[in-house]
Amino acid sequence: MENKMVLAAEGHNPILPAPAEIIVGFVAFAALLFVLYRYAVPRFEKVYQERSERIEGGIARAEEAQAEAQRTLEQYKAQLAEARAEAARIRDDARAEGQQILDEMRSQAQEESDRIISQGQAQLAAQRSQVIAELREDLGRQAVDLASKVVGESLEDEARRRGTVDRFLDELDAASAPSTSANS
Amino acid sequence: MGALVLSQGGTFEPPGVDSFFLPPIFGEVTKPIVLVVLSAVIVGAYFLIATRNLKLVPGKAQFAAEYIYDFSRNTIARDQIGAQHFRPFIGLIFGLFTFILVNNLFGIIPLIQYPTMAKIGFPIALFLMVYVVIHTVGFRRHGFLGYFKHVMFPPGVPKPVYVLLAPIEFLQKFLFQPAALAIRVFAAMFAGHLILLVFTLGGQFLLLEGSALLKPVSIVSFAFAILLTFAEALIQVLQAYIFAVLTANFIGAALAQDH
Repeated sequence: MENKMVLAAEGHNPILPAPAEIIVGFVAFAALLFVLYRYAVPRFEKVYQERSERIEGGIARAEEAQAEAQRTLEQYKAQLAEARAEAARIRDDARAEGQQILDEMRSQAQEESDRIISQGQAQLAAQRSQVIAELREDLGRQAVDLASKVVGESLEDEARRRGTVDRFLDELDAASAPSTSANS
Repeated sequence: MGALVLSQGGTFEPPGVDSFFLPPIFGEVTKPIVLVVLSAVIVGAYFLIATRNLKLVPGKAQFAAEYIYDFSRNTIARDQIGAQHFRPFIGLIFGLFTFILVNNLFGIIPLIQYPTMAKIGFPIALFLMVYVVIHTVGFRRHGFLGYFKHVMFPPGVPKPVYVLLAPIEFLQKFLFQPAALAIRVFAAMFAGHLILLVFTLGGQFLLLEGSALLKPVSIVSFAFAILLTFAEALIQVLQAYIFAVLTANFIGAALAQDH
């Protein structure tokens, strides 16, 4: 036991490094570092790099696609708005045109009806005057005939007869004038 | 003493410092030296093979390797050093983390069962490399005098305080912090391994040499050894992480613009 204690005190001190261990430890670790720096680290870093590039590339592509989609959407929206405006414009035009046509038709119809009415009135007036003339002549002859039958004397005198009949008819006219003007 | 009296014969020699000093395998080559070389080969070969054919979409094997790399790169290096400057140090942090992790895990891997970082020579080797890197980076960034000023005169302190603060900061940055880095992992591995040894060898002694009454107690001892192995596994991962994080943190501090 004592012998052992002495031995420990002599050579085995745990905090005194053995030079061989320092040297071997240093060399072994240096060699390891060399291998790691030369091969392992660059290889790992390369993969990291590729990976981050891949991810960044993916993100860039996604952003690009999104921008493209946005652009297309804007385009579609613009086109849609344009189409709507166009449609509205066409509708307005059509409406205006329709209105115009309607107005034209209406005025034409008005004209036509006015024309027809005036024509009818003129015709009516002509027929009326013709009827009046005929009636007057007829009535005159009838009256004269009747008068000559009653009076017994021939009222051959044209001038007198005409004068008498006309006067009579004028009186008749004057008497019925208010009713005829109201009828027309 | 009670245990010694109760034992049938032989004395229990508790594990100690000597447990870490195994006879050399041949010449000067000892088990830890073989293991440390083995760990470098394992880490180097694993990442050489794992990165031979990397895909954009990782498979299971690539995912595992990438997970470790990603952890060192982003969680440790980038967060501590800052996204601007961390790229040159990825390999160093990555190497430190994986190298220390494998060496620590050797402590609980059956048949190997020797945490190489429990031999202070190896933490010192790493410490030397880290030390050189940290201060080279600092001098490059701030200039020779500028770096001393950066270390010793942090802004925002009343002038007279610098009398005290400057030497403390100097010792802190150039001695204590980096030394603590090496000692921390060494001490954790040393103590952890010692505890495992105590429970394992103690259990073995109780089982083989103990009286009939004491033999069952060895089960408790072994159970503790197993339990502590799990705790050890956690500590081993944690220590590797801490070493890498602190290294990154020191690099970040050396690079920082205004302390």
